[in-house]
Amino acid sequence: MKKNSLDFWVGLFVVTGFVALLFLGLKAGNMSSFSFAKNYSVTAKFDNIGGLKPRAPVKSAGVVVGRVAAIQFDDKTYQATVTLHLEENFHFPKDSSAKILTSGLLGEQYIGLEAGGNDQMLAQGSKITQTQSAIVLESLISQFLYNKAADAGKEKD
Amino acid sequence: MNVLVDRITRLGGFVRLNIAGIGHATAMFITVIRRSIGLLKRFRLVSDQVFFLGNYSFVIIAVSGLFVGFVLGLQGYYTLNRYGSEQALGLLVALSLTRELGPVVTALLFAGRAGTSLTAEIGLMKAGEQLSAMEMMAVDPVARVIAPRFWAGVIAMPILAAIFSAVGIVGGYLVGVPLIGVDSGAFWSQMQGGVDVLKDVGNGVIKSVVFGIAVTFIALYQGYESKPTPEGVSLATTRTVVISSLAVLALDFLLTAVMFST
Repeated sequence: MKKNSLDFWVGLFVVTGFVALLFLGLKAGNMSSFSFAKNYSVTAKFDNIGGLKPRAPVKSAGVVVGRVAAIQFDDKTYQATVTLHLEENFHFPKDSSAKILTSGLLGEQYIGLEAGGNDQMLAQGSKITQTQSAIVLESLISQFLYNKAADAGKEKD
Repeated sequence: MNVLVDRITRLGGFVRLNIAGIGHATAMFITVIRRSIGLLKRFRLVSDQVFFLGNYSFVIIAVSGLFVGFVLGLQGYYTLNRYGSEQALGLLVALSLTRELGPVVTALLFAGRAGTSLTAEIGLMKAGEQLSAMEMMAVDPVARVIAPRFWAGVIAMPILAAIFSAVGIVGGYLVGVPLIGVDSGAFWSQMQGGVDVLKDVGNGVIKSVVFGIAVTFIALYQGYESKPTPEGVSLATTRTVVISSLAVLALDFLLTAVMFST
């Protein structure tokens, strides 16, 4: 009799451990956002991806429609080739544009997809041709300073 | 001059003794692994030990996890508030717990609670000549006594560490959201966005398994090699706590450097 009750408590202990692990995985981790939905991949080329990382979201109208799967460097065109996985039930026209945007002011970077007007839709392996690179803060600042210096120069004339 | 030579000789002898001890411990480790195959048929031995090591530790681990979560929530809030990032409190609590505090604090508590009881039990068995009696009866004491306790410790540690981390996150939530007023949605969504299941939770589980192996084996070895007197057992339990705590912290540093290097 005592043996049976020990087994029960050991079993309960192990089950509690599994529940704790499950909690950590689902509630605390990002397992629930593993989309088991089918997706198709498209590629896009960017001049500068900024701080974009794999697993970053792809959003359209602010709603997540996919994930960044891989980022590679193409040393023939010296651009970054980004592979996106888009969910099966979302279709975008062939001339959609992809921009690298920042959530908030200094937050994580994601890809914003804006639909175009073409009749044909993107399919597995399509390329997105209209792309806009990430905004690099340093270039903005140097551009701003250059403009300021140019204005000051013009005033002198 | 002679005193100096004598001191150096003693130092050399001390180092050789300790290295021989490490070699002896490694040999016993391999013996434990080899004799463990028979445990698959007699799993009751292991599960009984899981009860003694795991269930009895459950209360201290869960309560410690809760209070560590509370403190993380408070201290994290005070620090993050200075930089206007108090929305990231959930992320801070979860990452600290799953990556580091869960495995390490659980291992230290486990060494103190379960390690000392293992060492004392084995040491008293040795002092009462129970282990020699088993050998007389052609029952291998390593297979019958040491191996079940070893595997029970290895099984119990990750479970306890997961419970610690989970209860700690709940504790951080209780302090952060109802008590202090951090936004509940931001708490969970920032956490879910930043905690990677494979890298953070998974590496934490790997760490806790490694710590379980280290702590349990050190406890068993110290008990097995203790002098069969009351003072010997007391010295062995002290050495268990000291050596396993240092081993846990050193292994933590090594594992963190390997796992989380970018």
